Amino acid sequence: MKQKIAIPFDGTPEQEKQLRAVLAELKSVPGGLMPALQKAQGIYGYLPKEVMIIIAEEMSVPLSEVYGVATFYAQFSLTPKGKYQIGLCLGTACYVKGSGEIYNELVKLLGIESGGVTPDKMFSLDATRCLGCCGLAPVMSINGEVYGNLTVKSVADIIEKYRQLEG
Amino acid sequence: MYRTHIMVCGVAGCASNKSFKIVEELNKQLTERGLNGEVKVITTGCFGLCAKGPIVVIYPDGTLYHSVKAEDVTDILEQHVLGGKPVERLLYKEQNGTVVNSLKDTEFMKKQIHLALRNCGVIDPENIEEYIGRDGYQALAKVLTQMTPQDVIDVVLASGLRGRGGAGFPTGLKWKFAKASEGPVKYVCCNADEGDPGAFMDRSVLEGDPHVVIEAMAIAAYAIGSNQGYVYVRAEYPVAVQRLQLAIDQAKQYGLLGKNIFGTGFDFDLEIRLGAGAFVCGEETALMTSIEGKRGEPRPRPPFPAIKGLFAKPTILNNVETYANIPQIILKGAEWFSSIGTEKSKGTKVFALGGKITNTGLVEVPMGTTLREVLFEIGGGIPNGKKFKAAQTGGPSGGCIPAQHLDIPIDYDNLISIGSMMGSGGLIVMDEDNCMVDIAKFFLEFTVDESCGKCTPCRIGNKRLLELLTKVTEGTATLEDLDKMEQLCYYIKANSLCGLGQTAPNPVLSTLRYFKDEYIAHVVDKKCPAGVCKKLLKYSIDKEACIGCGMCAKKCPAEAISRTDYTAPGHKLASMAIDNEKCVKCGACMSTCKFGAVKKG
Ligand SMILES: Cc1cc2nc3c(=O)[nH]c(=O)nc-3n(C[C@H](O)[C@H](O)[C@H](O)COP(=O)(O)O)c2cc1C
Ligand code: SF4
Ligand code: SF4
Ligand code: FES
Repeated sequence: MKQKIAIPFDGTPEQEKQLRAVLAELKSVPGGLMPALQKAQGIYGYLPKEVMIIIAEEMSVPLSEVYGVATFYAQFSLTPKGKYQIGLCLGTACYVKGSGEIYNELVKLLGIESGGVTPDKMFSLDATRCLGCCGLAPVMSINGEVYGNLTVKSVADIIEKYRQLEG
Repeated sequence: MYRTHIMVCGVAGCASNKSFKIVEELNKQLTERGLNGEVKVITTGCFGLCAKGPIVVIYPDGTLYHSVKAEDVTDILEQHVLGGKPVERLLYKEQNGTVVNSLKDTEFMKKQIHLALRNCGVIDPENIEEYIGRDGYQALAKVLTQMTPQDVIDVVLASGLRGRGGAGFPTGLKWKFAKASEGPVKYVCCNADEGDPGAFMDRSVLEGDPHVVIEAMAIAAYAIGSNQGYVYVRAEYPVAVQRLQLAIDQAKQYGLLGKNIFGTGFDFDLEIRLGAGAFVCGEETALMTSIEGKRGEPRPRPPFPAIKGLFAKPTILNNVETYANIPQIILKGAEWFSSIGTEKSKGTKVFALGGKITNTGLVEVPMGTTLREVLFEIGGGIPNGKKFKAAQTGGPSGGCIPAQHLDIPIDYDNLISIGSMMGSGGLIVMDEDNCMVDIAKFFLEFTVDESCGKCTPCRIGNKRLLELLTKVTEGTATLEDLDKMEQLCYYIKANSLCGLGQTAPNPVLSTLRYFKDEYIAHVVDKKCPAGVCKKLLKYSIDKEACIGCGMCAKKCPAEAISRTDYTAPGHKLASMAIDNEKCVKCGACMSTCKFGAVKKG
């Protein structure tokens, strides 16, 4: 008998149903593991171990391979992201215009490095490549909202705005 | 029929500047005024002038408006659309102050020729009819009904088209090899991974003209004998993915993709695969491994993909911009295409201009245009009266070009000869405030981060190189270290498995070649001439200029600033001084001081 795996954290039965439906479809697609991981991350926001186990089982690939692929690509995250996901562009155009300084300021303000999440799960920070807005360099995005022409002062104000939002 | 079309850029920088709000407001007001049968609003791809976004262009007259906001909509409708008079304050002004009415008359456009970008900013990318209205899918029809696969390859060969993804390999030759490879199953792939961290050309084509890629891939498939294609797109480009998917669906509906295209018995299907943030996946063999759903590690070549590529079948891979040229080459002929450009580099190249340049944005120029023309005529020069230092092409695989080479005509071979490369089209400008050692370090950090780790010269060699560079930026390197670095660069280049490792040292080599003096300043004088490298930075207070207000001391996070017992003539309070042992080089004092008394050096 196949053992049913329950998902701890905040994984819901609906999410699991969604995931299994997606996997059933991708199972037969050549090279379907990457799209499966992408869909799974879309459903859960990250890739918990439990989810990778389901993927391995359903797609009939060794868990080690699932883990290998998930850790190879920067886009996949094995830990949850913050409520506000900050992507600071460290693309060349932004860097040349001082986004390194902005990065340092964010690290100082949030107390986390790229890839990290604040303890209250409010903010996560990732250094990204070109966001395609080089005209506004330096640039960062918070949950998809783009802020351009950043200065050390303006990022502080922006972060403060989000903090106030949360009271 | 609509009497007026209002085109609003809906991608990249303009979208981030909320151009969709302009579209909403336009549509709202047009409905209120009962004009929506006469005036049509179209969300387009990039016009190129990103620095001045959001951009709005009004046809038939072609009036160009820049920095438009939703609040400007009323004026645009009342004055321009209804009143026939342009809204002066939104018109584009050249640096010398002349007002320009239409996009094509700007200095920015004068030297450009749009081939790959011909539909960007001109059509609604979400509407296949508009693409068809601009000769779309005619090349595919011509190929399928009037040409043999060999004819197609002959035309592409004769056009002289070379790959726009980096290496500049002749496209026709690649197709020829794949055609010669026997086998019932072959694949056509498109590289839309756009790994150069400061570039967005391919994205703009996909977002502004997705059908051109579909049409060209179908043509390539016919030429080599394939029925299945894959477009590998960076996952960070959701709009491009969505538009491309929409375009694929529309093409299927119109019978331009799928089974029995144009009733000729030719089948071709296309699928999108998303990357997941690994630079090495832009390399051709790694890209194919990634489409196979594995860790995107490169494979040794030979066998070349034309023999054994995706799923071990003969495969061709071309860049988005390479494909974007194909339909026109088929329709207008090889001779037309090869009449543009230089002897060995035909056609045009799209560049994403960024960094310290006035007109950041997208430009497409004929091969052979000089860097000076691109930067100073089209690009509008360096802002804030600063001095040009270098232009960087080729991204992390390329090099920095100094002022002495500004007049070199841009083509594949010339760029290689001056230690850089064409790359995929990132063109980043640096001014006197940029430190070239720091720039080299920036690129090397990128490649170290992105090395897949499969081979040692790249995985470990680049790491050692980065350590040496870091020593330079911290003032602890010796002149011998510089020699060691250079040797290590050549070693890594010669021994790495794939293009990533083989080119990773280029930014270091090119800066060592042209900006050795900056390296020496770091090593011997322990100074960063541009004032960028923190460890070498010293802040000090000019005791004569300081009025002793104490503001800087309040802002200093390290309590490094204290009062001296010297009071400058004419001042009431004693001036302040910085203790460099305590200073953390945050620069807070400098930005706080209203009297310019804090100096950096
Ligand atoms: C590390 C590395 C990254 C690359 N990244 C890209 C890329 O992002 N886009 C691209 O089109 N080509 C990239 N290339 C070049 C491809 O390997 C390949 O040559 C190209 O896609 C072929 O298409 P073309 O002949 O039309 O240029 C990269 C190569 C290397 C070695
Ligand atoms: S050169 Fe670098 S990226 Fe390429 S295979 Fe070797 S380790 Fe991987
Ligand atoms: S802020 Fe400027 S003027 Fe005031 S104490 Fe500091 S250095 Fe002197
Ligand atoms: S480099 Fe930052 S948006 Fe392009």
